Formats: sequence, structure tokens, C-alpha cells
Amino acid sequence: MSSARATSSPPPLIELQGVTKVYGHGQAAMVALHGIDFRIGRGEFVAVMGPSGSGKSTCMNILGCLDTPTGGRFLFEGVDVGRLTRDQRALLRRHYLGFVFQGFNLLNRTSALENVELPLIYRGIPARPRHHAARRALAAVGLSDWERHSPGELSGGQQQRVAIARAIVTRPAVLLADEPTGNLDSARSVEIMELLTAFNRDQDITILMVTHDPEMAAYAGRQIHFRDGRILADADGKERQ
Amino acid sequence: MLWETILLSLRAIRRNALRSSLTVLGIVIGVAAVITLVTLGSGATAKVTADIAAMGSNMLQVRPGQVFGGPGGARLSTVPFESADAVAIAREIPGLRAVAPVSSRSAQAIYGNSNWATTATGSTNAYLEVRDWPLAMGRPFTDGEVRAGQAVCILGHTVHRELFSGDDPLGATIRLGKIAFKVVGVLAAKGLSSFGTDQDDVVLIPLRTLQRRITGRTDVGTIMVSAADGDSTAKVQADLTRLMRERRRIGLDQEDDFTVRDMQEIVATLTGTTRVLTALLGAVAAVSLLVGGIGIMNIMLVSVTERTREIGTRLAIGALERDVLLQFMVEAVVLASLGGLCGIALGLAGAALGTRLLDVPFVFSPGIVAAAFLFSGAVGVIFGFFPARQAARLDPIEALRHE
Repeated sequence: MSSARATSSPPPLIELQGVTKVYGHGQAAMVALHGIDFRIGRGEFVAVMGPSGSGKSTCMNILGCLDTPTGGRFLFEGVDVGRLTRDQRALLRRHYLGFVFQGFNLLNRTSALENVELPLIYRGIPARPRHHAARRALAAVGLSDWERHSPGELSGGQQQRVAIARAIVTRPAVLLADEPTGNLDSARSVEIMELLTAFNRDQDITILMVTHDPEMAAYAGRQIHFRDGRILADADGKERQ
Repeated sequence: MLWETILLSLRAIRRNALRSSLTVLGIVIGVAAVITLVTLGSGATAKVTADIAAMGSNMLQVRPGQVFGGPGGARLSTVPFESADAVAIAREIPGLRAVAPVSSRSAQAIYGNSNWATTATGSTNAYLEVRDWPLAMGRPFTDGEVRAGQAVCILGHTVHRELFSGDDPLGATIRLGKIAFKVVGVLAAKGLSSFGTDQDDVVLIPLRTLQRRITGRTDVGTIMVSAADGDSTAKVQADLTRLMRERRRIGLDQEDDFTVRDMQEIVATLTGTTRVLTALLGAVAAVSLLVGGIGIMNIMLVSVTERTREIGTRLAIGALERDVLLQFMVEAVVLASLGGLCGIALGLAGAALGTRLLDVPFVFSPGIVAAAFLFSGAVGVIFGFFPARQAARLDPIEALRHE
């Protein structure tokens, strides 16, 4: 019955089925995730919350195809990521995912434009369309005048905006943001969140964001709370209010 | 993609200009050493060959006595040669271009107020042919002058310069010891011999004049023989040995009491020696290239550690293992090749300077330059591989977390 349904309607963008993650072996084994189930549909903006050690980072690594589950299945558009090789997962990241990190992770002494071009280089986009796309992405985050500046010459907020431009320049299906405002003051944080919200709304990019800050999480349409390797609560914003 | 990667690595190298240059210093020095030493070695070989060719190629020297311990070694005193021996050689042995009996004696050359200690060499016109030595001016001896032993002379370039300070000496009269000689010609300059003596410091006179007027003896010191072009000097050497044994009545069970030296053998020996030296120097320099390669590996490993977060970011963004491997390999190869280019420039400059100081010709060998360049590139490949693999195999999660 379920298989019949799977063929008739498209699979959800992301589906976790009883995902577990265990680090180490035997006595030293540490269970980071005890069977996680959830689905995320196209165009959602999900905030992932929880104290450190709750398993949210482990879950994000799996969702980012950087790590594979020990048990259960992680389906990305119906594809079981756990069965993919390291290189296949890299290709999946290259073509479907964008990443924004707490520490920005821009290349030093490399201009904003070149930083934004990086994922396009790996996609094999020729120079001219690449420059064009990177300029447009920088314009979208409001940094058209800063193309030639290297990260060292930019403020934290500007650096994070360059990083966002780098993440969305490939028009990914999913943007994974790990504490994107963790290193920024509240005014810059609001700017970043407004940018993310705009991309979610206007470009239909699904966003998964890890955050500690309930104010930032409030921008998301849905919040998933982790504790001790389990989901404590999974609520959309309307229910919460 | 490869071109992009090369541009990317050039940018990475420029970003760390100081460290990059220190990294490749080993390669630069290694390549420069190889190029300099091999070029100097080839120059020395070329000089020795040219010097000996200047003494007359295809030349054999026959001397009385056996030489022990190579050229310049002790010689047993024995029956000297006479002019008749040279005549017999010219008559009996086929395939000779010229035969010159030669004797020398040191002499004081005097002209006006000038006074110069030189060597009087007595021979015939065949000497000019054997030594392949043209005249700069004047004429050779006439048959009559040679036969009669007249007091005429041909000046070497050095003697001409010292006595006449460049003035026209033809027809002038100089004195060798107490005897007056009329100058009929001047030899072309020949320069230093490979043993460092000035070949132009000579006054050539007819052999009979030397024997009668200066030494008072009928000895001939050396008989110089020039084989016809293309003729095997080995055959001439065998013929000479047989003829001289006959003429000197040496029994079958007796050793030769004379020596036949083949200049081509000496050329082969000398060039062989310099070639071995060149190869040795090249080997030593190659070791320093190897050390340079280890330097590159060292710094590339540091670079991988330093750029762990960058690698993590690249992997997260979608770089494949082989993209990262390629990036670091290309960086190492580009770095090593740049070092190789610098080393080639430095090495050629060093070789140019060294050849001037040592007074040997500058022999540019494209082979060794190409080999040094390829070798430095290979050093980059070999020593870049391990650090690059280290980078490519990083776990992206760990790498992103790296401080």
C-alpha cells in the first residue's frame, strides 16, 4: 500500500525513518540519536533547536550528507543517502545543498566574488556565466560594492552575507545553516534572518537552521526541539502561538 | 577545471609569497647547482677537447725512451732519434699527412733593447702541418733554408708581441743567444695548451740550424706524425711501433725503448675524466634536489594542517576527494616547477659567471635544463602526493570543526 502511494505522489524532499547514530564501539559506544523520524517538505523553513549534546548537530550532519546514519534511513528525494559513497554524497551536496556556517568559513585573502564563485567552479560553470551568477548573488545580499574585498576587509555581518551568497549562488534545493547568527550582534542577526527569510520565500529554497536563540527560531515556520538524542517537540509556528 | 586549479594554486602561492619562496628554496638551489655544475663540466670538457684539437688532432708523437706514470712521468734514457728516423717514417709508412722531427732548447731572444726568454724549436715546415698551425704573416721556410740550416726564424705570437710590441718584424734580425736570425714569418696565435703552457712562446727555426748552431748535436727529441684525415691512428701507431723496433733493432723478447703517443687517446682519457667528474657533480646536486623535495612535502603538510577548515569548506560545498587531491598536487607541482624555473635562471647565471672565472667556454645544454625542469616537476608530484592525499581524505565534519 505504502509503495503504491510512493509511486503515485512525489516523495518528500527529506524523510528520516528511525535514524540512529552511534559513535564508538562496545562499552565506549555513545548513542547520539535514538531513532529520529520526521519529514521536511519543499519550501519549509525549519529551526532545529536544543542544548549542546542533544543530537541536533549530529542530525544536521546527516541532513547535510556529511555523515551517514548508523541505523534507519535518510531519504533525500526518495534516495537513500546512507547507501551512497563518499563521492556520491559530495556530488549530492554540490548539486542540491548550500551551507552557511557559524564561523563563515570564507577563504582568506580571496575576494568576496571569488568566494562566491567557488561552488560554481566545482560545478564546472565557465568563467563568464560564473562571474555573472556570483555578481547577482552578491547583489542579492546587498554587497555589490564589496566584490573585490577579501574577508579580512569585511565586517562579520558582511562576511556572513558573502557566505549566504556563496550558499545560494547555485540555487540549492536545501540551505543548511549552522548557527548562522552565532557570531553576530542582534542588529546584524536580524539582517541575516531577513535575508534567509527572503530567499526561503522568493526563491523557494528550503532552509534548515540550527540555533540556540528563540528570537531567531521565531523566523522559521517550524521548530524541531532535540533533547538527549530524541525529538522533544516538532511544532509549526502557528501551533506555538 | 585543470586550468582553474592551476590559477587557483598560483593564487594560493602568491597569497603566501614568503613561505612559498622559502619552501622552494631547496629546489631552486638544487636545480641551480645541477645546471651550474653540469654546464661548467661540459665547458671544461669542451675546452680540453678544443685545446687538444689545437695541438693537432690526428697527431701521434714518437719519443725515445719509455714513459712511466703517464705524461710527464720518468723517462729511461736511451738512444735518441735522428733526422734519418723521420725520413724513414715518411718513406715507409703509408697514410701519413706529414712527419716532423722536432727538437727544442730554451733560448734568450733579443731584439734591440727587448729581451725575452723563450724556446727555440727546430723542425721543418712539416711541423706547421702536423700542428695545424697557420702563419699570421710572412712565409714558411724554403727547402734551401731547411737543408742548409740557415739562420732564419718564424716567431710565435707571444715572442712577436714581446720583442716587437706589434711592429712588423718581417726582415728584421733578432738574436737567439749569440746567433743572429732573420725573421721570415709570424705564427698565428694558438693560446694556452691544456696543460697551461703558452704555446705561442716559441721561435721556430730549421732543425739543422738548431742542431748545428745551438745544441751542437744531431739528436731529434720528438718525431711528430700526422695521420691523413680519416685514417685510423691505431693502424699508424702499430706501423710506427713496428718500424721503430726494426730500425732500433729491438729483439722479440725486449720492451720498446721508445713511446708512441696517440693524441686521440689522450683526448679520450681527458674527456672521459671530465665526464665522470661532471656526472659526479650532477649526482651531488641531484641529492640536494631530493632534499628540496622533502622540504616541499614538509611545508605542504603544514599547509594542509593550516588549511583544514578551508578543505572542510570545500568538501562541504561539493568538492570530490579527487578535486582536493588535484588542488594540492597541482599546488605542489606548480610550486616545484616555479622553483625549477628560478633555479634554471640562477644556474645559468652562475654558469655564465663560473665559465668566465674559469676561462672555459659556456656550453648551453638544453637537455640538462629540460631534465632539471622535469625533475623538479616530478619532485612536486612525488612529494606533493602524500600531503595531498592527507588533505583529500579529511573527514569534512572534523575539518570544519578544526580550529
